[in-house]
Amino acid sequence: MDMKVTIAGVEWKNPVTVASGTFGSGAEFADYVDLSRLGAVTTKGVANIPWEGNPTPRVAETYGGMMNAVGLQNPGIDVFCERDIPFLRQYDTKIIVNVCGKSAEDYCEVVERLADEDVDMLEINISCPNVKEGGIAFGQNPDAAEAITKAVKKYAKQPVIMKLSPNVTSIADMARAVEAGGADAVSLINTITGMKIDIERKAFVLANRTGGVSGPAIHPIAVRMVYEAAHAVNVPVIGMGGIACAEDAIEMILAGASAVSVGTANFHDPAVTVKIVDGIEAYMRRQGFESVAEMTGIVE
Amino acid sequence: MMKKKEDALVISQEMLANDIYSMWLKTEAASGAEPGQFISMYAKDGSRLLPRPISICEIDRGAGRLRVVYRVTGKGTGTEEFSRLKAGDTVPVIGPLGNGFPVGKAKGKNAFLIGGGIGVPPILELAKQIECEKKHIIVGYRDAQTFLREEFAQNGELHISTEDGSVGTKGNVMDAIREQALKADIIYACGPTPMLRAVKAYAEERGIECYISLEERMACGIGACLACVCRSKEKDHHTNVHNKRVCKDGPVFLSTEVEI
Repeated sequence: MDMKVTIAGVEWKNPVTVASGTFGSGAEFADYVDLSRLGAVTTKGVANIPWEGNPTPRVAETYGGMMNAVGLQNPGIDVFCERDIPFLRQYDTKIIVNVCGKSAEDYCEVVERLADEDVDMLEINISCPNVKEGGIAFGQNPDAAEAITKAVKKYAKQPVIMKLSPNVTSIADMARAVEAGGADAVSLINTITGMKIDIERKAFVLANRTGGVSGPAIHPIAVRMVYEAAHAVNVPVIGMGGIACAEDAIEMILAGASAVSVGTANFHDPAVTVKIVDGIEAYMRRQGFESVAEMTGIVE
Repeated sequence: MMKKKEDALVISQEMLANDIYSMWLKTEAASGAEPGQFISMYAKDGSRLLPRPISICEIDRGAGRLRVVYRVTGKGTGTEEFSRLKAGDTVPVIGPLGNGFPVGKAKGKNAFLIGGGIGVPPILELAKQIECEKKHIIVGYRDAQTFLREEFAQNGELHISTEDGSVGTKGNVMDAIREQALKADIIYACGPTPMLRAVKAYAEERGIECYISLEERMACGIGACLACVCRSKEKDHHTNVHNKRVCKDGPVFLSTEVEI
C-alpha cells in the first residue's frame, strides 16, 4: 500500500496538506505537528508587498463552523522568501506557496519572484471573498479566470494550482476555464461568503460585514463541488472545505480529489492533520486500496 | 517535546457571582504558566469549534493546577458548557499561551494592578507573585458582586470601584485612583478596551511604564491565523505591518507599543 500521490508531477508522501491561511507558514504549528508528516504545507497567501488586512473583529464562530475576514494580511514576498521558505525547507514536506494580488501584475510579480526560489508548487488565490479589489474579481468570471491563469503561467516555473471560489453559478465552468488557461491543478473550495449579525448590538459581528464561512458545516457543499469539478477537468483536484477528520477527507477523495487540504479543523486541534493522515491509511488497509489514486473519484 | 491539546481534569467548580464561575484544573499547562497568560479551552459540543481563550487566575505549579475564573457569555455557549463541568470531568485545553505580565519590572516601585470586569481574574496571580514597594490593587465591578475581593485583600492594598456605587468608589477604576489620590511608577492592567484606553492615556500623560492585557476575537490561539491582531505603533518584525498578534505577541503589551 502506498500513500504517495503525484499532483502535477510533484510527488507528495501522502495526500494531506493544509488550507491556506489556517496554518501561517507552519512555524507556530510546528510546536504541535511534525510538519514532515504532511504531504505538503500550503502557506498563507503572500502578495508582492505587505498587506495590513482588515479591521477587527476578523473572525466569528458559527454553528459547526466559523467566519473569517482577515483580509489576506501578509508580510510581503521579500520577508516570506527570506524567512518562511528556509524555515519550511528544514522539513521533509512539499512547499506550496499561496499567492494573492490585487491586479494581474501583482500576481505575476510574486510568481516571477518565486520562480527561482526553492518551492514546489504555487497556488493562485483568485477566490478570497474578503478583499475588495482583485482576488475574487478573477474568481467569479470564467474569462477573467482563464486570463489570469494564462498570465501567471507565463512567469511560473513551478506547477500552478488555481484555487477556486464556491461563490459562483457553475464550479465546472470555472474549473474548465482555468484548465483552458493552463492550470496544472485546481483546488477548491475557498470559503462561502456569509454574514452574521449581533442582535443585541444590532450590528455586524465582523468589521468587514461579510466573511468567508468555513468548517464542518460547509463540508457537503465542498464534496459536491469537488465532484463537479473533478468531472469537468482532467487536471488533478485538491479538495477542501470543512474536512475535520479522516472520514471527511476520504469522502472528498472518493468524490474526485487527488489530495485534500485541512483548514478550520486546525483551530480545533492543531494536530488534526496527522490524525487524518493516519486515518486515511487505516481506511485504505481496511478497504484493500493499494494507492490513493485508486480511490480518487471511485464514486461515480 | 511536542505541545498538544490535552484533557485537563476538573478538580472543582463553583459559582462566584452571577454568570462568573471559578474552576481549578489539573493540567500540564500549569508547569510553565506565568501571570497574564491564558489557556485555550475547547467545548466538546462539535458545533462549537473554536477555542475559548480564558485568562489564568491562579497557578499552583507544585500541584500542577491552574485556576480559571470566567464569565458565561450566554445560553448555549461554550462557556456555559464549561460551567456545567464537575469535579472528575475533563475539558480539552492547550496552554499556557501568550506572554504574560513582566512581573520583575515592579521591583522597588509603586505599582498599580488594575482589573476591570472579566479582566479582574488574571490580576490575582499577578498580585500574588509581584514584589514591589507599594502594591495598589484597583479592581472595578458592575455592582456589589465583587468576586475575588477577599483574595485580593490578602495580597495588597485593595481599592474597589463599582458602576452602581454599591461598593467602594462609584464609577470606574480611574475614578477610584483619582478619589484616593493614588500614585504609581508602574502599571499593570487587564479589562475592557475603554478602561485600557483610559489607563493607557493616564500612564502616558505621566510617563509611567504601563502594561496592558488586550482582548480580541481569536481563532487558532497560537499566532498562525492573524485573526486577533491589534494595531502596533511601529512596524512589527513578524507581521511586517503595523499589526501585532494578541494571542502570540501579547496579550500583554507595553502601552506605548500599541494603539487601541
